[in-house]
Amino acid sequence: MQLLEGEKEQILASVDEVLKNSSKLREDLIPTLQKVQAKLGYLPALAMEKIAEGLNVPAADVYGLVTFYNQFRLNPPGKHQVKVCLGTACYMVGGDITLESFERRMEIREGETSLDRLYSLERVACVGCCTMAPVVVVDEEVEGKVTPTRVDGIMLALQDEEKKSVTEQEPNQGRGEDS
Amino acid sequence: MSEYVTVKIDGQEIKAKPGEKLLWVALDNDIYIPHLCGIRSEERSNASCRLCFVEIEGIPRPVTSCTKTVEDGMVVITRSERVDRLVKTAFELILSDHNLKCRECPANRNCVLQVIAKKRKIKLRHDRFKPIAREYELDDSPAGFAFDRSRCVLCGQCIWADREEAKVGAIGFTKRGINRVVTTFKDLPLAESICTQCMLCVEACPVGALFYKKKEPHTATADKS
Ligand code: SF4
Ligand code: FES
Ligand code: FES
Repeated sequence: MQLLEGEKEQILASVDEVLKNSSKLREDLIPTLQKVQAKLGYLPALAMEKIAEGLNVPAADVYGLVTFYNQFRLNPPGKHQVKVCLGTACYMVGGDITLESFERRMEIREGETSLDRLYSLERVACVGCCTMAPVVVVDEEVEGKVTPTRVDGIMLALQDEEKKSVTEQEPNQGRGEDS
Repeated sequence: MSEYVTVKIDGQEIKAKPGEKLLWVALDNDIYIPHLCGIRSEERSNASCRLCFVEIEGIPRPVTSCTKTVEDGMVVITRSERVDRLVKTAFELILSDHNLKCRECPANRNCVLQVIAKKRKIKLRHDRFKPIAREYELDDSPAGFAFDRSRCVLCGQCIWADREEAKVGAIGFTKRGINRVVTTFKDLPLAESICTQCMLCVEACPVGALFYKKKEPHTATADKS
């Protein structure tokens, strides 16, 4: 993923700051990654490299750890974050198909972020409302019974919102979601 | 502490150095125990291949011999119905995610999987677990060797060589569970990573995943077949 303007400096500064208060021991790797991610929202390659240097571990090990734990992300959170539930109930009623539909619509894979950083897509395990399966969480909003058609609806609504925020116009109308 | 301990493996009395792991003691004395992930100089084995099970008198269940330190008076048998079953299952699981085109493989006839299959009379092709036929991109970026992940059994021998022998740190395990792979930082091709192409990992690989290219390293496009 391409870094934004000024992002490089921000990454270096964040890592420096976290490393300043670190024991610089291998044991400190996970907390260090967590702190850097808390600052940046994700763990760009540059950050992993600098952390590896700082703690004197191979960058391959940092990468191994970041790809092992679900809590770490390799891609920046999108402006709109979609989380598809693949818990048991949701999976049973085709949550994977819902996920696939989002992948196709957003033209990214699960765990990725679109190049314009507008959308990111993740999978989660049980959100706690299995009766509404398959469940999707769109920017903190829980959506139930998300069939592929509904995916189209959600995406249209998000794109609409984007268009509006770009043109800054506010034609006074509802979100036109009925289908 | 005495200079050695005495253990009995398959009825054979053996003197072993205290602190040694059972697996190596057995192998040193020509007693075969299948193994993929164990590394002799490693203090604590990953014990991830689950092939080196044995029965030890007084221990209710089979144990992995690569993690078990020899003790004086230990009585061990390397085969039992339970051991064979555990080993067969572990082996078949490994094979279900292994590219079985042996005839195309540079390690054919020189592959640890073939040895295990023969010694334990387990078929390489079985229908117990559905094969996971995955597509991996061949990494043939280094001059003298290549890496075909479809043959990798995730034993970790190459990573040990990279870290402890070559002292480079170019490769490691990434991801989790069924997606686990050996790769470089950022999944770069080996030649673009910090890999020094010392090829110690190729030496370490017990199967045909890391293999030498046949052609001379410097005749890049010599088209021989
Ligand atoms: S490449 Fe070879 S040595 Fe490395 S983990 Fe795979 S099978 Fe083992
Ligand atoms: S399994 Fe999806 S909400 Fe419980
Ligand atoms: S050699 Fe013991 S578990 Fe692999």
